[in-house]
Amino acid sequence: MAVGIGFRRRLDFLLLVIAILSAPVLSDLILSKVERQIDLTSQIARISSTIKAENDGSSSVSEILLAIPELQAKNLAYLTARVIEGKGKARTSGLALTVEPANPKGMPPALSFYSIVLPKPLANGDSVTLDVLAAFTHSLRPFPEKITQADIHLVLFQDTGHYLSPYPVKVQSLAVKLPQARIESYTKLDNTKTLGSEIKYGPYENLPPFSYSPIAIHFEANQAFAVARELVREIEISHWGNVQVTEHYDIVHGGAMSKGEFSRLDYQSKPQIRGASAFKHLVAKLPPRAHSIYYRDAIGNISTSHVRGDSKKTEILIEPRYPLFGGWRTAFTIGYGLPLHDFVFESEGKRFLNISFGSPMHDIVTDSITLKVVLPEGSKYFSVSTPFAVQQEEEIKMSHLDIFGRPVVVLKKANVVPEHNQFFQVYYKFNALAMLMEPFMLITGIFFLFVTCIVYVHVDLSISKSSASYLAKLQWDEVRATVQQIQNIINQCLSTHEKLEASLRDLSRTGDVQACKAARKAADGLLKELSKELKPLIAFLQSTPPAAHILPKVEELVAKERELQERLMAKHSTIVDSYEKKLGGKETENRVASVQQKIVALRQDIEDLMEYIDEI
Amino acid sequence: MASPESAVNGPTMTAGAASKSLRNAFGGVIAFIILVLIGVLAFSIRLFSVIKYESVIHEFDPYFNYRVTQFLSKNGIYDFWNWFDDRTWYPLGRVIGGTVYPGLTLTAGTIWKVVNSLNIPLSVETVCVFTAPIFSAFASWAAYLLTKEVKGPGAGLTAAALLAMVPSYISRSVAGSYDNEAVAIFALVFTFYLYIKTLNTGSLFYATLNALAYFYMVCSWGGYTFIINLIPMHVLLCIVTGRYSSRLYIAYAPLVVLGTLLASLVPVVGFNAVLTSEHFASFLVFIIIHVVALAYYIKGILSPKMFKVAVTLVVSAGLAVCCAVIAILIAVVASSPTKGWSGRSLTLLDPTYASKYIPIIASVSEHQPPTWPSYFMDINVLAFLVPAGIIACFMPLTDSSSFVILYIVTSVYFSGVMVRLMLVLAPAACILSGIALSEAFNVLTRSIKFQLPGIAGNPSIAVRMWCIMSTSKENGSSTVVAPNDIPKTEEAAKEKPAKKNRKKEKENVEKKPTPSKTEKRLLVLPLEASVIAVLLLVLLGAFYVVHCVWAAAEAYSAPSIVLTSHSNDGGLHVFDDFREAYSWLSHNTDVDDKVASWWDYGYQTTAMANRTVLVDNNTWNNTHIATVGTAMSSPEKQAWEIFHSLDVKYVLVVFGGVVGYPSDDINKFLWMVRIGGGVFPHIKEPDYLRDGQYRIDAQATPTMLNCLMYKLSYFRFVETDGKGFDRVRRTEIGKKHFKLTHFEEVFTTHHWMVRIYKLKPQRNRIRGKTKKSKSSRSVSSKRDVRGKRNPWH
Repeated sequence: MAVGIGFRRRLDFLLLVIAILSAPVLSDLILSKVERQIDLTSQIARISSTIKAENDGSSSVSEILLAIPELQAKNLAYLTARVIEGKGKARTSGLALTVEPANPKGMPPALSFYSIVLPKPLANGDSVTLDVLAAFTHSLRPFPEKITQADIHLVLFQDTGHYLSPYPVKVQSLAVKLPQARIESYTKLDNTKTLGSEIKYGPYENLPPFSYSPIAIHFEANQAFAVARELVREIEISHWGNVQVTEHYDIVHGGAMSKGEFSRLDYQSKPQIRGASAFKHLVAKLPPRAHSIYYRDAIGNISTSHVRGDSKKTEILIEPRYPLFGGWRTAFTIGYGLPLHDFVFESEGKRFLNISFGSPMHDIVTDSITLKVVLPEGSKYFSVSTPFAVQQEEEIKMSHLDIFGRPVVVLKKANVVPEHNQFFQVYYKFNALAMLMEPFMLITGIFFLFVTCIVYVHVDLSISKSSASYLAKLQWDEVRATVQQIQNIINQCLSTHEKLEASLRDLSRTGDVQACKAARKAADGLLKELSKELKPLIAFLQSTPPAAHILPKVEELVAKERELQERLMAKHSTIVDSYEKKLGGKETENRVASVQQKIVALRQDIEDLMEYIDEI
Repeated sequence: MASPESAVNGPTMTAGAASKSLRNAFGGVIAFIILVLIGVLAFSIRLFSVIKYESVIHEFDPYFNYRVTQFLSKNGIYDFWNWFDDRTWYPLGRVIGGTVYPGLTLTAGTIWKVVNSLNIPLSVETVCVFTAPIFSAFASWAAYLLTKEVKGPGAGLTAAALLAMVPSYISRSVAGSYDNEAVAIFALVFTFYLYIKTLNTGSLFYATLNALAYFYMVCSWGGYTFIINLIPMHVLLCIVTGRYSSRLYIAYAPLVVLGTLLASLVPVVGFNAVLTSEHFASFLVFIIIHVVALAYYIKGILSPKMFKVAVTLVVSAGLAVCCAVIAILIAVVASSPTKGWSGRSLTLLDPTYASKYIPIIASVSEHQPPTWPSYFMDINVLAFLVPAGIIACFMPLTDSSSFVILYIVTSVYFSGVMVRLMLVLAPAACILSGIALSEAFNVLTRSIKFQLPGIAGNPSIAVRMWCIMSTSKENGSSTVVAPNDIPKTEEAAKEKPAKKNRKKEKENVEKKPTPSKTEKRLLVLPLEASVIAVLLLVLLGAFYVVHCVWAAAEAYSAPSIVLTSHSNDGGLHVFDDFREAYSWLSHNTDVDDKVASWWDYGYQTTAMANRTVLVDNNTWNNTHIATVGTAMSSPEKQAWEIFHSLDVKYVLVVFGGVVGYPSDDINKFLWMVRIGGGVFPHIKEPDYLRDGQYRIDAQATPTMLNCLMYKLSYFRFVETDGKGFDRVRRTEIGKKHFKLTHFEEVFTTHHWMVRIYKLKPQRNRIRGKTKKSKSSRSVSSKRDVRGKRNPWH
């Protein structure tokens, strides 16, 4: 049997040629009732069909085939089937059944087949009711393909009016739900009626297998045609309590291309008319308790976003930098943190991440998604379980202070719709001690830094112990110590002088000459001792060459000090003498005055010298 | 200040020494902690921009630096040196590796590489944003080192704290302000520190480091010529004032030799390091210092009499030779048209030069002379402290303090010529104010300390004390009073007898001073005056801090690509139009499309939108900029022809009339006319002015109302409010309803601040021509003449 399907891509003229060469001998299934509903309210065409199948033959049947024209099969993003049990209000849908591509023999080549494996084989006379949901992307074709800012956005949808199936269908009906009541045109078959924004076809009865009657619906669609051409979603687990999600979007408006001018004036003054085909914002539904949400692109933060949160979800309204008209593109990144305990669980000694697969954006079509799950460093034995087939890779990511890198599970899938937002699991083994590795590394690093500093300070790093400069340095240190000692001695001398002066003052107050003389004696002794101590130090300085430039000053200092000492003694003796002679205060002062002046000058000199030496 | 007497009262010499070293160590730790805190302060005061706005690169030039850094981090250093950028100056292109000061880029690139090799995944952008704050912390530390070399650690810490938050420097180094100046100020201060250090120590090690620091400065900023002129000036000053020493020679000669060699390794400088007049002074002084060194050497080996003879001989012969050489040099230099000076340097020497000859330099607002309020805004109270600091530097005048004085004097001059060079003044002002404050505090606290313990016991001494009453608290005290050798610690109290005695003889001291020696007097202020003065100084410092924080938070943190305004109810409104436009360009135009705009937006367009531009902020080709200026000031058709001949597909104009954004293209338009008219004489400035006034209302000239810039800015503007009221110019526009024939609007941002037009394809023009060819014959002949003037035909 061969079926040739030819489309002529013209608006209302669709020609179908079905050539049946031989009768199908497939199985004895009969579809007793098929109800289809096509939901075109978003950019994704969702076709849900309720199929009641009966086994009319003798052998039991374990699978049911679904036929989809190849042109549509390309755009098929999602396909599930469920068994419906009970009737009327008691209807419950069971578990999802396995749906896999099938390739039965002797079928027309322009059709793709999928087989639904029934939970239990259908015996003769039994019937089963299935609920099949198929989602197609890019199947709403903009027509005209280019519009201006002011034009309305029209799209064309094509499908078959009769249910295309390898089995005979007894009764069937079709309902098409459109976003708006404005319908440019639609194919009329027998029994077609419109009801507001809905078009109903059927019911049709007793149609043979592979009945096909093309329909085309041309209608206005102003919903957001947001297509993420590429989405990279990175989920990074930190066992310190955070799951960080980063999503990089490359968004394009998938509707009719905009042509000609874009006038901000028109857009701002009449946004409903002059910007109807554009979309301004996207809504993302994040899990509850999402925190640290950010929204930015390559050139910085984008300030137009709003976050609303409650206990069930966190909703974030994202406005791209500019409204997107048909064909316009933009790219941005959103990121958020999630609490670890909401998404990572432990079972049977293994941890697993349980998080949804697709983009959190509302009604977005993702052409290609790359999902990276970055496990913590030191994770082992990881495995992935997804509810649908994905392409899987592994890589290593180096992040904060890693040594071996973090294992990354990369999942790739093309053509993703919101129906794919199901939970998937990544199982891995992770020792909690590995968490401490990085802090420990930091502590060690800083510890060794300090150790190095301590070692550096305490170790003599000079290359040669006998080199001239090293010896010179040693000598210089000695010289400095000696100078320091000399300074100390001079200071002691000076303080002795103070004592002498003090004794003089006491003398003037009390007139106790004896005490004054005693003080003089003590001072004499002390000064003598000090000058003895000074001698070897000066001798040392004289013998060391590096001290050459400091020596004259030191010698000057010592000489000045000695002079000062002499003068002071002279003054002391004079005053004591005059006291003994009971001379008047004025006369004493006259006698001392010249000495006193010298003393002051000398003291000043000594101070300056000391300071000078100090600076060296 | 070291205190030699501190150990006197120790029980033994060793114990005294130990306590002294312990105190020094303790002081060192405190100084270290203070320095770390200053670094933290310098870093964190610059983060207002990140907190208030976001972590984003600011303004214009930083975007170019950011783009270069991205290239460097992606392609490596060799590709960077050989980078020929074809996305700018279309169709000429630009050799980036050879025309850019690579210091900043290499620094940030190295930081990025190091950080990433440690597996800390910072983006290039983050590194670039935070480079400037990090380097301002370094600059404060360098200021500490420099001032410490000049006046001791106390002044150093004060100067570092002042520099950490000086508004002038903050304006160029907030987080995100990723510009050359950010690292260059550090390099400048550090080079000066190493020079002073070498001068003070005479160590060849520091001289070598100095040359390397100079090399880094040359890599970083064109302002390195300031160093290579200031240091020779100082050397010359030292020689003239008889301060020549071998230390001076070591500080200078290696710097010139090594520094010039290293500088010529930087591609953008290359042979300019020996050929241009900016470097001439350094070589002249290099010769002079050798002559002087020789003279000193000969003086050393000859007897005084012989030396005199030799001097007369050499001077008479040498003078002749020198005159000849200098005459030749001057002749060579004078033969070149600009006298060997670059335009910007000439602007420095002759402030009126740019406005006379180079409108493109004059058109940049940061090349204008500053106003008085801008001094107060940018250095605040430092302006008052600087004179005090200068006087403090004179007592005593050392090699290093004379350098600081020279630095402040020259930088004050330069800052008076160009607003931008306020940045060079800021460190000098901080250093001198640090010295002034530290000296003032030194005197005041010493007076307080001296009088506090047991002063009541001997009031006569206090009365007889040699007092200086300072009329102006902070200036007077620090100027008149010189530091003395009183220890600052409590041990001073124990030494009181000694001091009192000394004080008794103060009259004698007064007579003593010898003119040759630096005289040190103990000058003490009355207790009450000192306490009040200290309080006032603290208050002054507090005002400074408040002003700096305000400046950092309010005045200098705006990234200028994002504007905000507060609405009446306190809400914040963000104007993110620039990024909106660049983002649109980058996502919705072809990657090889050429975008024409005034040169201000060139860097941003290449960096953010990744589109080829005709001209950008590196204004190296005046003719090219003039071509764009001509196109903008021509009528639509001629403009279309010019742009079309340059393969331009989009024209971008900035328009602030809707929201009142004053620095838009209409306000810059006269510069386009001037620069365009400078090369293409058919553009005449008076055509655009009505009675010498620039206006766009009904009184405007027809040339003005028909030029491309007017049309692109005001296209359909009248429909916004029905009148066409321009909120920047505060007037209704002159020509309200018109249509564009050769351009079409393709994008306008949310607040109309950026408008992008597309050149209509050629067939439109031909259709228009065939219809009107006969009627406009007379006009077309005129057009042909103009067309020929377009260099791209």
